[in-house]
Amino acid sequence: MTAELHEELTDPNADQLDHGAASSRPLKSRISEPQPRGAKVHGNRPIDQSEAANRFIAATEHEAMHDARLWDLRQKRDKEMHGIEEWEELRDLASGIKEHTLSKLDYYLELFEKNATANGIKVHWAKDGAEHNAIVLDILRKKGVERLIKSKSMLTEECGFRHFMAENNVEVIETDLGERIQQLDDEAPSHVVVPAVHKLRTDVAGVFAKTIGSDPDNADAHYLTECQREATRPLILSAQAGMTGGNFVVAETGTFVVCTNEGNADLSANTPPLHIASIGIEKLIPGLDDLAVFVRLLSRSALGSPITQYTSHFRGPREGGEMHVVLVDNGRSARLGMEKFWPGLKCIRCGACMNTCPVFRRSGGLSYGATYAGPIGLIIDPTFNVHKYRNLPYSSTLNGSCTNVCPVKINIHEQIADWRKTLAGEGEISPVKKVMMKAAGEVLASPVVYRASLPLGRSALRHLPHFMLYNKLNTWGRKRDIPETPKQTFNEWYRKNRKQQAEGGKS
Amino acid sequence: MSGSREAILEAIRKNHIQGDRARPNVPLFDQAAPADLKELFQKSLERMGGKLLTPDAADPMAPVRQAIVKAGPVLSCVPEFEGDMKVTPQTKPTDIAPVEYAVLRAAFGVAETGSLCFTEKQLLVNTTGFLPQHLIILLDPAQIVYNLHNAYQRPEWTQAHYAVFQSGPSATADIEGVLVHGAQGVRSLSVLFHPAS
Repeated sequence: MTAELHEELTDPNADQLDHGAASSRPLKSRISEPQPRGAKVHGNRPIDQSEAANRFIAATEHEAMHDARLWDLRQKRDKEMHGIEEWEELRDLASGIKEHTLSKLDYYLELFEKNATANGIKVHWAKDGAEHNAIVLDILRKKGVERLIKSKSMLTEECGFRHFMAENNVEVIETDLGERIQQLDDEAPSHVVVPAVHKLRTDVAGVFAKTIGSDPDNADAHYLTECQREATRPLILSAQAGMTGGNFVVAETGTFVVCTNEGNADLSANTPPLHIASIGIEKLIPGLDDLAVFVRLLSRSALGSPITQYTSHFRGPREGGEMHVVLVDNGRSARLGMEKFWPGLKCIRCGACMNTCPVFRRSGGLSYGATYAGPIGLIIDPTFNVHKYRNLPYSSTLNGSCTNVCPVKINIHEQIADWRKTLAGEGEISPVKKVMMKAAGEVLASPVVYRASLPLGRSALRHLPHFMLYNKLNTWGRKRDIPETPKQTFNEWYRKNRKQQAEGGKS
Repeated sequence: MSGSREAILEAIRKNHIQGDRARPNVPLFDQAAPADLKELFQKSLERMGGKLLTPDAADPMAPVRQAIVKAGPVLSCVPEFEGDMKVTPQTKPTDIAPVEYAVLRAAFGVAETGSLCFTEKQLLVNTTGFLPQHLIILLDPAQIVYNLHNAYQRPEWTQAHYAVFQSGPSATADIEGVLVHGAQGVRSLSVLFHPAS
């Protein structure tokens, strides 16, 4: 099979278009280089994100491509934003709608259940990932399903769904190209929207050569995409069940909505006779008026594209078909009661916070060693396991860019800072940080000691030899220069220049 | 598992600390809508990778015939055009797999995004929108709405079990951001303005 069979694959006009996840200008990796793998996971031990990030940064071609592609998506997003006069109003509405729905989540869940059931959808409830997997397996067993085609869903990643199904002899085929690449490479998705964004074309060529028999020397994106299409199509046609996630759930009409660019959710849902959708309980919104706000924001925020190529609305099974929805809690109801962290439930998984984050762009999503990476991951992951993910809230510069681009106005960077406080309060802090914080605490607790310490620090920064500032113990000296220090502290300057004036003014 | 249903709802009620949060009113944001939406629709459709066919007043179906350039079965789901195949009550979803071109009519279009809406009423078998290699779509210009807010005022959402906005062909850029049309769904999508009979 060759790409020449289909000239639309190399449509000259297509190169100028930048809809979907396409970059707005040609970005092409120049060299082949082994792909750095993600964070090392050792049971419940705290993930060392910076260790994995250092390996990603050391793979210079991967880091450069990753950074360039995600920054390009961020710039595309800005361009779309500027094209819509009511953009900020839409963000306010989206945030308000989500907050309203979350404040009456029990009501809206029951309303959805009632309407969906009336339309012929079978609604299930799962308190956690294990129960979700058991419910789905039960449905599949009753129908004798051996092969399941699936579109991308972060929730099923949370549930460890693929591994569970493999243990139970159900073949799961991911149909999103990026997700399929990751499945064939036995690696988790590194980004909620572009799962294989951390891979170079040569990495994909290597994976496909080993798994679906493509030419190992052909790393052309058109060729590789076509190979995957041809390999996946017979599997789609022969599967006995299809599975999707759900981006939005409309309570008043009993509808769930799935957004994709490839059309793979529609194929997964409409080709086999059985459709199962796994949906987190926070995806609810009240009505169709509200849905318009989110469909307008989602793809523009995620990829800088006006809409996903496919926006699919499921309200009931087709004639002769069967449709199930599994509503999954998996920690969400508990998060609802967390005073500082419940607004994280507003998230619509667009990935805009990842695309803009300087830490994420340089370290890759797999360095976080968790289902959710990047800024949103920093504030969601600790709710799943506070010990394992206790270091993640430190993988941020607190610059606030994530908060500025968030379409539902989650105060992400403030929550990251709040997690640092909460974790320290719970004793979930690494030994090095504990010693440093204790020393800093003693200095900062006393104004006299603090003022006395400043000139010392300043002078030390100015006079210490280079090797003492830029070494392994001083993490702030890595990959960045320590700023030039001023000749005097603010307090010294104030006393010299303003204090007399201020006191004079008072009398 | 009704035990979990009650447990989840109970946990939500216990954890409701949000207080009263009013449901916002969503405006239609359509004051700036032009009288003729065709031009905006075309611009948006082309942005999303779709093509607009040039109408032929003398022979309205000529543009559809001219757009069919590849060998292979043509499936027509519209009365205006005679294809090689038709959907019958016996047609199964997978029977659509060999189709090269499907000719469909959209329920309506959205100018803001160049989207075409299909429900099971137009698709006949839902896979006619996704398994063919190429789509040729008839759209009544009178059935174009300005933006997505207007689109969700339409009656289709509470009438159909399945409805999809298709905006351009299937697309992916999962490999180094290179845009490729025809990831899993259709490789190309062409639209002809043609009033419904």
